[in-house]
Amino acid sequence: MADLSVNFAGIKSPNPFWLASAPPTNMGSMIERAFDAGWGGAVWKTLGEPIVNVCSRLASVDNGTSRMMGLNNIELITDRPLDVNLKEIRECKRKYPKHALIISLMVESKREAWHEIAMQVEDTGADGVELNFGCPHGMSERGMGAAMGQVPEYTCMVTEWVKEATRLPVIVKLTPNVTSITPPANAAVKGGADALSLINTINSIIGVDLDTMIPHPNVNGMAAHGGYCGPAVKPIALNMVSELARNENVNVPISGIGGIGTWRDAAEFLLLGATNVQVCTAVMHYGYRIVEDMIDGLSNYLDEKGFASVNEIIGRSVPRVTDWGALDLNYKTVARIDHNKCIQCNLCHIACEDGAHQCIPFTELNGSRYPIVDESECVGCNLCHLVCPVPGCISMVRLDSGNQPLTWRELTSRQ
Amino acid sequence: MSLTHDSPLNIEQIERNFCEIAPALTEAEAIFESNRCLYCYDAPCTRACPTHIDVPSFIKKIASGNLTGSARVIFDANPIGATCARVCPVDVLCEGACVEKTLMAKPIEIGRLQRYATDAVMSRGRNVFKVGAGNDKTIGIVGSGPAGLSCATYLARLGYAVTIYERKSLPGGLDTYGMAEYKMSQVVSVEEAKMVERLGVEFKLNTKIGHDISFDQLQEKHDAVFLGVGLGATTRLNIPGEDLPGVYDALDFIERIKTREWLDVPIARTVAVIGAGNTAIDVVTQARRLGAERVLMIYRRTEREMSAYKYEYELAKQDAVEFWWLTAPVEILADEKNRAAALRCVRMEFGEPDSTGRRSVQSVPNSEIDIPCEMVIKALGQKKMRELLGGISGVELDAVGCVVVNEHTMQTGNEKFFAGGDCVNGGREAVDAAQTGKLAAQGIHRFLFGEQVELAGARLPFVEKIAGELPAAAPAAYDGPATPAVDLGVKSYGGPER
Repeated sequence: MADLSVNFAGIKSPNPFWLASAPPTNMGSMIERAFDAGWGGAVWKTLGEPIVNVCSRLASVDNGTSRMMGLNNIELITDRPLDVNLKEIRECKRKYPKHALIISLMVESKREAWHEIAMQVEDTGADGVELNFGCPHGMSERGMGAAMGQVPEYTCMVTEWVKEATRLPVIVKLTPNVTSITPPANAAVKGGADALSLINTINSIIGVDLDTMIPHPNVNGMAAHGGYCGPAVKPIALNMVSELARNENVNVPISGIGGIGTWRDAAEFLLLGATNVQVCTAVMHYGYRIVEDMIDGLSNYLDEKGFASVNEIIGRSVPRVTDWGALDLNYKTVARIDHNKCIQCNLCHIACEDGAHQCIPFTELNGSRYPIVDESECVGCNLCHLVCPVPGCISMVRLDSGNQPLTWRELTSRQ
Repeated sequence: MSLTHDSPLNIEQIERNFCEIAPALTEAEAIFESNRCLYCYDAPCTRACPTHIDVPSFIKKIASGNLTGSARVIFDANPIGATCARVCPVDVLCEGACVEKTLMAKPIEIGRLQRYATDAVMSRGRNVFKVGAGNDKTIGIVGSGPAGLSCATYLARLGYAVTIYERKSLPGGLDTYGMAEYKMSQVVSVEEAKMVERLGVEFKLNTKIGHDISFDQLQEKHDAVFLGVGLGATTRLNIPGEDLPGVYDALDFIERIKTREWLDVPIARTVAVIGAGNTAIDVVTQARRLGAERVLMIYRRTEREMSAYKYEYELAKQDAVEFWWLTAPVEILADEKNRAAALRCVRMEFGEPDSTGRRSVQSVPNSEIDIPCEMVIKALGQKKMRELLGGISGVELDAVGCVVVNEHTMQTGNEKFFAGGDCVNGGREAVDAAQTGKLAAQGIHRFLFGEQVELAGARLPFVEKIAGELPAAAPAAYDGPATPAVDLGVKSYGGPER
């Protein structure tokens, strides 16, 4: 069995699966149950000046019968007194010394406030702090959360303040609600961050109740934008994580967050440069127990691929990400349909006809109807392969164009 | 005459036995099932449906929560879509096509989804179609069965004044009087007829052609007439004892059940049913549900030749019906009160194949056997309506007595008369009848206005036909490396240990 333990900015955990700062990490008893279930680490629900929450707080978007493809929340940071949280952190760390216990922090933008809370946390024995510069709703209206993360100068400044006050590793949690993730990431590193975590939730209005015409979630007839997470946001997170993994200035580890529900999701984040991952929505959906298959699945995957340690796959796909201009224009694939497997649902035909390049004509042959690829017209876009419901029925096959690889950059530099 | 005292069951038990065999889907089930649909393009289910309902479209609308739109798609192609949702042999039609060759072990429950959508509008007494701008033509429709209701619906939508003549007291024809009660009760087909009535169609019930009004009068009164008269009485056995008390006609027996007046429904301890078609199955399964202890299905050939659908046969097997293959009735014997008491049968054996390739059967000498039974039900198919239809000038009947029509327009030899349903096809499903009613509405409109309308599902989309070979499945691919080799030097992200 492969070694799943990771060392994230000096914080060791038995596996790369951490709970993200969120409702599942609200208090000590919850985190202790999570550790018992197998979670390698947890980021405590954000500490700060206790707030008052509204009712209701969550809403989701479903896809067919798939529930909670995306989840939206307007819950704020902890509503529990600071001393209670600190006491429970101390107890939890004492009981679970080998698990990573990170404390998420968010206080007003004052040096003393950050100094004070950082020192209080260090005193509990926790393994590190995570600066919540990402929460996009509520707290941002008070100049905290995403209001910090969206201004690189503030990100740098507050990171420096915290670094002044504690020897603990400082993780800066970034907001995706920016034009580019690079400036805030660079600012955090400049400010001394030991690691980055991303993404926090995305600004969202999840939908509208078509009977009452009030957007969700309804708070006495009104709604406000919330933070979006869950499986639907994973591609956005993967892009941002890989962007930072490719960034030479970002020489600190990255904790990947956003839509992770299975070991497969986790492996993708690791391959694109995350050293560990944080999970929330999937746990809110199914409970702490999901970590069992995450551990088991990742371990089996590593064994099958011949890796002794999870560390061997971290960042392994990063060199495979490049800019569009560096892609080979001479690479050519076409769709091939295995007509023995085809069930003639004809989704490939209509998708190509209306959504692509009209190269799967729909023909009746010897009394049966078949979608047949016109390879001379096929641009190899993958759409038919994506819509086909039958595993292995449509394959994208590489053709030898007979030409040497040629990128757009090379092409334009020749002209 | 009531024999219900012979049933060991009480009314509550019988009511339970006649619960719907395919109950309504719950909302959760409908959402799950509708989302399971692949939404095929030019879908096999739509092709398999005789009325060519756009099945993926109506299912997708259930998934999107647009039940009114879903029902409209169904009723647009099939005005008796609520009935068909319950009685169609979906295993051999839409659902059979769905599962055939697909990756799904279980087809989408198209019939039950169709019911879900149609129930949603029917329960609110809503119509999904508007009456067309009126024209000055009137159409008479004989028979309010599936063919007649279908034809009437389309004609009303096209603006015709339509009158339906129905000899029974309730509309719906066999939908109302001939469907196994555990599949559908009368409420559904009667409600469906009310939808047609709300389109302005006039129903003249208890009106018998040839008695209350003649074909000549219809021809005089209307610009065109549609014959949806169905078939006649059950074929006779022509054996001694056939008219004894205790001997029933399958359709009469089913019609008695349809009233749900259980005390008036005849039943006995032992019931012999003659025939092996789908109606025979309806009879044996319902006889069992009424409490008959022993129900025998008597058929002169074997299960291989029986015309009942396989799933219907399975239903009868589950109901512990006894099958007497290669057995033919020769006489019904009476008891001392001159009531049916036994069925005398002979064993049959196969002879040489006839000119059609079907092997004939002949009786085995000295093989008589008397089967004690207090009730005999004949389910041998229905007679054609030669007497009724033969009298219409110009309307031609074929050798077996079916009305001869143009298959596209359903027009008969008499240009004012159109026909559809069982009287044309010799007895098929309600859904087949509905399609002929639709084609007839197109034919009538073309006849009276010279205009070809295209009603939903009247024909399938055009597909280019080519001859030739499929491309080889095995790809002749370039066998080079997937991508040029890239140095996968891995940047280390793990921090130093402290």
